[in-house]
Parts: sequence; structure tokens; C-alpha cells
Amino acid sequence: MSSLYDVIPPAPPKGVSTRRTTINVNGTSQTLDVEPRLLLADLLRQALQLTGTHKGCDTSNCGACTVLFDGRPAKSCTMLAVQADGHSVETVEGLANASELHPIQEGFKQEHGLQCGYCTPGMMMTAKALLERNPDPTEDEVRWALSGNLCRCTGYQNIVKSVLWAAKKMREQDQEA
Amino acid sequence: MYPSRFDYDSPATLEEAIAILDEGGGEAKVMAGGQSLIPMLRLRFASPERVVDINGIPNLEYHRIDPDGTLRIGALCRHEDLEFSTIIADTFPTLAGAAHLVSDPIIRTRGTFVGSLCHADPQGDWSATMIALGGKIVVQGPQGRREIEAKDFVLGPFVTAMAFNEIAVEAVVPPAKGKALGGYLKLERRVGDFATASVAVALDMDGDTVTRAGCAMAGVGGQTIDANEAISVLQGKTLSVENIEAAAVAVAAVADPRTDHRGSSDYKRHIVETFVNRVLTSVANSEKKVAVA
Repeated sequence: MSSLYDVIPPAPPKGVSTRRTTINVNGTSQTLDVEPRLLLADLLRQALQLTGTHKGCDTSNCGACTVLFDGRPAKSCTMLAVQADGHSVETVEGLANASELHPIQEGFKQEHGLQCGYCTPGMMMTAKALLERNPDPTEDEVRWALSGNLCRCTGYQNIVKSVLWAAKKMREQDQEA
Repeated sequence: MYPSRFDYDSPATLEEAIAILDEGGGEAKVMAGGQSLIPMLRLRFASPERVVDINGIPNLEYHRIDPDGTLRIGALCRHEDLEFSTIIADTFPTLAGAAHLVSDPIIRTRGTFVGSLCHADPQGDWSATMIALGGKIVVQGPQGRREIEAKDFVLGPFVTAMAFNEIAVEAVVPPAKGKALGGYLKLERRVGDFATASVAVALDMDGDTVTRAGCAMAGVGGQTIDANEAISVLQGKTLSVENIEAAAVAVAAVADPRTDHRGSSDYKRHIVETFVNRVLTSVANSEKKVAVA
């Protein structure tokens, strides 16, 4: 992606009208003045430096930029940052802190669910939304839920295995709790 | 690419939103789910001066069935609300059949049914189902509300019969005369792609007899093709093998596909015929053809 397309500065030039926007990002409230045309993905990546959210296609096809918007997966390149005012956004950085892994991240490690890793944050956020709704999905249900996330490396096999691994782990944790 | 600059409003009421549109004189654009509009802004196929985001307007997320069987879908009902709906699976199988085929699962969490109708893409799934079901769209402007038949709603690719200061607030599907049956079949190269060809079939049946037949197609013409007249050969008839074949041939005859990278014209016409045949055959073989008194 040419950097030319990525240089909408989070602080717009003088004379451009902005909108005060307060977003709960990974549990922390953030208030920024943003230009209406700033995309949510760019707000996360540039203004908040949360670069775990990837921009893959810029055409709403690939799902690499998937975040959870009020708990449901959304393509952050296909939302305006101003739309998130008063809402909560969870990115891959919100899954776990640096010293531990979320079961979904652990699953991707155990089952080798990534190669280049570009699609991985989006895959994990979509998987999180799936497992919240359906803690015990079938392989078909996992494939269906991930059908909006493209991966050009793995052939999906290990990604599906990773999500099923995480589902099992999370069910076990729930039983212990 | 980045959208051109625009002003943004998020009104709290429909009246406020309509006033902004009215003031905008055609340069303001309504955004519901934004899953078609934002890509168009980014590609600069659209560069409105003002975007009117209606997501903050309460009480538009609903879809419900009235006591008389009429289905009402509000302007902010998302695709996934219909995909996971427990009330339309049996009552509106044509819609239920399409709900999980609209774009991909992530887009379906944001995109809306009514917004998709307003986007008026010739390959849109919902327009086909609405025309087959004989639905209407309720639009509201400064003068109040009016209803537009789904078949008259789209004037051409990306152009609707709405005035610049009107908002589509609700889609309405009339109750079935008897038992509602049918389905939606779509051929796509991959999840999220537009339809190579798709067919919506909606039947009302009294026992074994078809009391109303509706059909529309997407992807096989410059706009959604209304095939209601073609499929009306089934009216008052049973779903015999001969009648099904005659209906499939009649529908395929009004398709107007073009050869492109998704397939040849002949191929797409063949798909249409096969799909109509398949939906009707599955209805004929289903055990749900019980008349509702």
C-alpha cells in the first residue's frame, strides 16, 4: 500500500472541520478530534498506534482489519472513525497482555494457524466473536464464520484447527471456573 | 484511497435527518450500514458533500411480523439480524434463503436490508427477493410517508425512485395467501463476491396448488430482473415435473445476461433455468405444503 494513501494525519490541517469523538478502545476511553473521512482502521493504526489491526485490501474484501465493534466483528476499513463515538472497539491488542496469551492466540500457536501472519489479527477477532456466540462450533460453523477473512498462505486448514483448539480450551476453562 | 472531504451528521430523529437532506439539495447522502457507501466513497465513485449517518436514530433496528402476517423490516435491521432471525425461517423462506448469502459474515453485522435496497446494485440479493415477494418500501420525506412497490423502486443501476430528501424507513412484505414457500439460490465465485447469477422464487400455496408465484433475478441483466410475469405460468397449477420445467424455461427466457469474466451469457441463462427448477423441485418434494386456514 502506497504511503500516499495512508497520510491522512490524525490531526487534520487548519480550517478542516473535525468532530470530537470518544471511543472505548480495549477498555480505555479515548477522546480525539477527527476528520469525518478518517477511517476507523486508520484512527486505530495512526492516532492510537495500535498497528495490530492490519489493512490488507482497502476494498472491504479481506477482513484483515476486523475489530470487534460493540462485540460484533466489523471491518474497520469500512467504518468511519466518527461512527465509533460512544461505542466500544476491541482490537487484537485487547485479547491479552504481553505476558500471557489468550486461548485463541495460544490455539494459533499450537496448531500453526499462521504463516505470514498478515490476516491473523482479523482471523482472531472474528473467531472471538464466533466463540462468544457459539462456544462449541462444528468445523463447518468455523469455516462459515471465517468466510469473510481471506488468507493467502495457509489454505485455512490450520486456522480452522486453531479456532477449534481455542474453543475446546475455553470450554475447559469455563468448566474449571 | 481516501474519501473526498465531507461533512458528517448523526441526527437523532428521522425528521432531523430529512431536514438535513432537504437542505443539502441532493448533495447529502444517507448512510445506514455503510458497507456499500464507504467503499464507494473510498473509490471516489461517490463524493457527497455531506454524509447523514442514521445509526443514531432509535427504533429502526426491528423486523417483526404483524398479526395479519405482514413482515416489516426497519431501516437499521442488519443482514445478520435476518440471518439469525427465528421468525422468518418458516414464514419467509425466500428471505431466509438469501440472508446467509449476502456478502460475507462480517459485512452482514453492519450492512442493512433497507440500505442494500437503496444502494440499488444490479447484483444485489435483497432487491430480487423483494420483487419476488411483491414487497414495498416505505419512504419518508418532508411531506410525510409514501409506499413504493419494490418492482418500481429501482430505476436503473444505483438509481432509485426516491427523491433526494426522502429516507427509506421500512421494507414491507405482504402476508402469504396460504403457505409461503420458495427459496433463493446464488452462484458466486467466492464468498462475498457479487452473484454470477441468482434467482429468488416466492410461492404462496394452498395444499398442492400455487396461489401466487413470484420470481426475480440478479446478476443477469443491467438491473434486477422482474420475472413475476414469466413465473405466473404456475398460477393455479400444481408443481408437476412438466409445470416446473415450463416455469424454469419461461424465467430463463426473460433473463438478459451478458458475457463477462464471471461466465458466458448462455452459461448464466442455463444457471437461471437450473436454479428455478431446483427451488421449485425442492418445494414440490417438501412436506411443508400445508395450507394455513
